[in-house]
Amino acid sequence: MTITAELKGVTKVFGDKLVLNDINLEIHEGETLALLGPNGSGKTTLLKILAFIENPTSGEVKFQGETVSVKNADKTRMQSTLVFQKTVLFNTSVYNNIVYGLKVRKIPKDVRDEEVKKALKLVKLEGFEKRPAKKLSGGEQQRVAIARALVLKTALLLLDEPTANLDPKNAVMLEEAIAAVNREMKTTIVMATHNMFQAKTLPYRIALMSDGKITEVDTPAEIFGALSKNLASFAAVDNTFTGTAKVTSSGTTIVDIGNGVQVEAAVQRQGVTSIFVNPQDIIVSKSAVASSARNVFGGRIVEIFDLGPLVKLRVDIGKSFIVQITKRSFNEMQFNLGSRVFLAFKASAVQVV
Amino acid sequence: MVDIIGGIIKALQLILSGDPTLYGILFRSLFFSGIAVILATLWGTPIAMLLALRDFRGKTIVKTFFNSLIGIPTVVLGLTLFIIFSKGGPLGSLGLLYTPGAIILGEAVLVTPILISIATSAIEAVDPEIMNLSKTLGASESQASIAVLREALNGVLLSNIASFNRAIAELGVALLVGGNIAGLTDVLTTAISRYTARGELDLAIALGILLMIIVFGINMIVLTARKVKILFTWGRSPQ
Repeated sequence: MTITAELKGVTKVFGDKLVLNDINLEIHEGETLALLGPNGSGKTTLLKILAFIENPTSGEVKFQGETVSVKNADKTRMQSTLVFQKTVLFNTSVYNNIVYGLKVRKIPKDVRDEEVKKALKLVKLEGFEKRPAKKLSGGEQQRVAIARALVLKTALLLLDEPTANLDPKNAVMLEEAIAAVNREMKTTIVMATHNMFQAKTLPYRIALMSDGKITEVDTPAEIFGALSKNLASFAAVDNTFTGTAKVTSSGTTIVDIGNGVQVEAAVQRQGVTSIFVNPQDIIVSKSAVASSARNVFGGRIVEIFDLGPLVKLRVDIGKSFIVQITKRSFNEMQFNLGSRVFLAFKASAVQVV
Repeated sequence: MVDIIGGIIKALQLILSGDPTLYGILFRSLFFSGIAVILATLWGTPIAMLLALRDFRGKTIVKTFFNSLIGIPTVVLGLTLFIIFSKGGPLGSLGLLYTPGAIILGEAVLVTPILISIATSAIEAVDPEIMNLSKTLGASESQASIAVLREALNGVLLSNIASFNRAIAELGVALLVGGNIAGLTDVLTTAISRYTARGELDLAIALGILLMIIVFGINMIVLTARKVKILFTWGRSPQ
């Protein structure tokens, strides 16, 4: 197996904060590796080090067999590109944004134009060349940022929460584009995410991160299948809970996650079980509506996060659940901090890990 | 009593008739100030980039220094430069005193603080991630700096325009180091002062009108350009 990049004993300190603590990681050629961990676990810093725009405080970074530091990284940077979590665009047209890296690489103009066209097609933004990039919607902007990285055909593609601020439709489209690039161009991808569902479907391997350390590296089947202790302790990941499961007479499972909250899941499980509910799979309403959803809980909104087109709500139903809705529904429903709401989700939406 | 109406009418006649003395002075003013701003941009922009993008000891002091110099009285700077350029002064051997070169250099020095201050704020206002973005797309350190500068293009242009306005409207430096020699180093402001002193009010008024047209005209262009957003994006899309 060829190693694209390798981190040996990499440590990063900002001020007196230890952000990365003795990271050892091999990135295999052609794989998709997910860095899964809560916010603040060091994923972004690790990606910046792999992109050679941040120097480790100590340790060694190897790229295609050679040791690289930021000082002699100009050439290596051509082979490793990072898409930031917060979309950053040049204040110019979509075309000028995407063509930037090709111009730096001195690619002839006719080839450049062709490549930009192809990249735009991949993210489904055909014909957007002349549009001012900053006038696009949030989802479109993030797609421009991805196209700008894809067009470079680097050996290593680094993605920091590529779909975190996108609505589900845009997110799925991007996931497909990422998978296609990995499949067709054999691009090695390292992707940071705190979305377990994404980590389960996209990558070949998952590296679990918490508090600046990599605690486990394995295939999704191993990580999610063998009830990993580390995974279960992921309290900071949205809607992950651990509790005791009991099979009911109707064949479903009731998981008691504490504080009187019992969640019904569609699979059968006994004993200590970790569950995860995707924030997009939860319906929120002002009154308890009759529906087929097996899980209905009343609670209060305790926190509101504005994500542009989307809004995340933290709802306390005895346990704290994160719900994701569109800004439009949020405004129409006239939710406020402290509003009494009901959460509903199907038993089949409960993922048992 | 001074015949104001008569003066204005004569002034307008001079402007409309394309009086060579008048337009010679106008041309010199535009030329000296233009070259001065180009010089100040050449040495001021790199300093602004350094101040905006790099961290070093005493950075705040340097910034405060340039900020304070914006308001320096032009006569004081003119006097200082006069001493430097005069025979026996540190740069006396260059023989620059009372030449166009002295005015251009003097005005370039005068506008440097204003140029650096505005350009620094503009570059500082650019998203700090632009630097990292350019680098991760393959840019070298200097290419990435240029990308940042391009994002700050509006502010940098604004700094040039403000500098030009300051240069063309100042009197002290041009008077003291230029000497106000007719047909060689006299510019709009110094010529106005000379013709006023001599009582040739029609010429003075005509020059005053031209100066106001330039200052207002430049500001109008900036405002209009902002409105139609010419200045807000860089580069061109493919045809």
